[in-house]
Amino acid sequence: MSIEEIEKEIIGEFELFGDEWEGKYEHLIDLGKSLPLIDPKHKTEDKTIKGCQSKVWLHSEFREGKVFYTADSDAIITKGLVGLIVRVLSGHTADEILEAKMEFIDKIGLKDHLSPTRANGLISMIKQMKLDALALKK
Amino acid sequence: MNTAGSPTLSINVFPVEKIRKDFPILALKLKGHSLIYFDNASTTQKPKVVIDAVKKYYEEENANIHRGVHHLSAAVTLAYEKARGTIGKFINAGKEEEVIITKGTTESINLVASSFGKKFISAGDEIIVSEMEHHSNILPWQLLCEEKGAVLKVIPINEKGELILDSYKKLIGPRTKLIAVTHVSNTLGTINPVKEMIAIARGAGEIAVLIDGAQAAPHLQVDVQDLDCDFYCFSSHKLYGPSGVGVLYGKEKWLNAMPPYQAGGGTIKKVTFAKTIYADLPLKFEAGTPPIEGGIGLGVAIRYLEGIGISRIATCEQELLNYATAKLQKIEGLRIIGTSSTKASVLSFVIEGLHPLDIGTILDQVGIAVRTGHHCTQPLMEHFGIPGTVRASFSFYNTFEEIDKLEEGLKKAVRMLS
Repeated sequence: MSIEEIEKEIIGEFELFGDEWEGKYEHLIDLGKSLPLIDPKHKTEDKTIKGCQSKVWLHSEFREGKVFYTADSDAIITKGLVGLIVRVLSGHTADEILEAKMEFIDKIGLKDHLSPTRANGLISMIKQMKLDALALKK
Repeated sequence: MNTAGSPTLSINVFPVEKIRKDFPILALKLKGHSLIYFDNASTTQKPKVVIDAVKKYYEEENANIHRGVHHLSAAVTLAYEKARGTIGKFINAGKEEEVIITKGTTESINLVASSFGKKFISAGDEIIVSEMEHHSNILPWQLLCEEKGAVLKVIPINEKGELILDSYKKLIGPRTKLIAVTHVSNTLGTINPVKEMIAIARGAGEIAVLIDGAQAAPHLQVDVQDLDCDFYCFSSHKLYGPSGVGVLYGKEKWLNAMPPYQAGGGTIKKVTFAKTIYADLPLKFEAGTPPIEGGIGLGVAIRYLEGIGISRIATCEQELLNYATAKLQKIEGLRIIGTSSTKASVLSFVIEGLHPLDIGTILDQVGIAVRTGHHCTQPLMEHFGIPGTVRASFSFYNTFEEIDKLEEGLKKAVRMLS
């Protein structure tokens, strides 16, 4: 699936909850609780993206012309969002990743989490994912 | 209406519903919920009288101060200086000239670190701060120490989040030049025994004591002469006034001896290229055009608070704190950080197994604004071995019913996040 198709799939999943925040957040929390997203050996200081409040770990790999990400966070809602972002971007070419607009976060009503004041490290994570894609491409 | 078990005492003596009408923002609905604002230690909401004063300034009074001969300039200079008088009386300053209007507490502390530091701190001198300081009352001293080769010493705290006074006494030595300590901890709520600490310093020689009053001025009656502090700093925006303005009280003997912090318009008597003579206090420390509407607005905010009565405010807030403490500590896994017996209405806590940011996010969904994180006190978080806390801080415009909703919100957060 293309990045856009995965984004549409996620938007479809969240449409089920409508405006009802609890279901939406429970879904995010469940995503966050599901399997560890990153190999513990990659949870090192140099893989840490520091938000002011929650930490995010990101590991990027380049295989067969595509970039693969694994990531984790110490806050569960952040981790759920991290999982969604990894699902959208991982397994695509560097060019596709660099062009991704990531509009799904706004469309599922979670844009607030990308506000600089959330201090959860998500903006920095997306930026780092794109920088890694650019670096690995070379 | 009170829910069962809520105290009624304050409701009867304290007209909270009437007072809430003074704050337009409290009528706000967010995501279908009435706003419950428990982030008062970050900044307080503004009463309509303050908002109106700022609006009126721009619509009817705007002119630069201390300069023009025209009517508007003269009138607004009087209004600004009247505000200085109000601020001075509010903290019982001996002289109006001892009240310097700054950008905020942070600038007030930086002013002293820079100016006092330049004149009075040399290599090997010692500056004492405490483990519970806001970064704003650590970093300026750290920079000064690095620049001058001075030594920063730290008063430790106990497990309740109180300063250990025996250690404090031992830290004071012949090279101690300045002690900078907070009156009320922004993270723990602890009210420090600053009067006693100043008295101890007085017995040890010529040591200047600076009190960070950012979290104290909104909750306590502050009397700088009774405290006998050398400097006292606080911010307008935490005191129901406009942001961008704050206060540095300083004893005249120090302020006169200190060099200007920033040089510029308004700070001088006579400028020549050979030698400049600086103005008398307080203008020597007020370079450039000040936040005029902010100063006037702060004066209005103080008069508003005095109209309610500072001691009534303190009583009401203590009741809110006691009520919230009793309720919240019954929540399973919840641990209050900062359990001193003398606290202002700041309640920090963690819940076992949950990240503070997640708790804050769920509370936000039900319209409750709290602060989460390290609250600019990372050394303190390290002391307690936690990444951060959830902090609910109460103002006299908060209600017991809102605290009931906080309890419900927290139970929901625990249910969802566990």
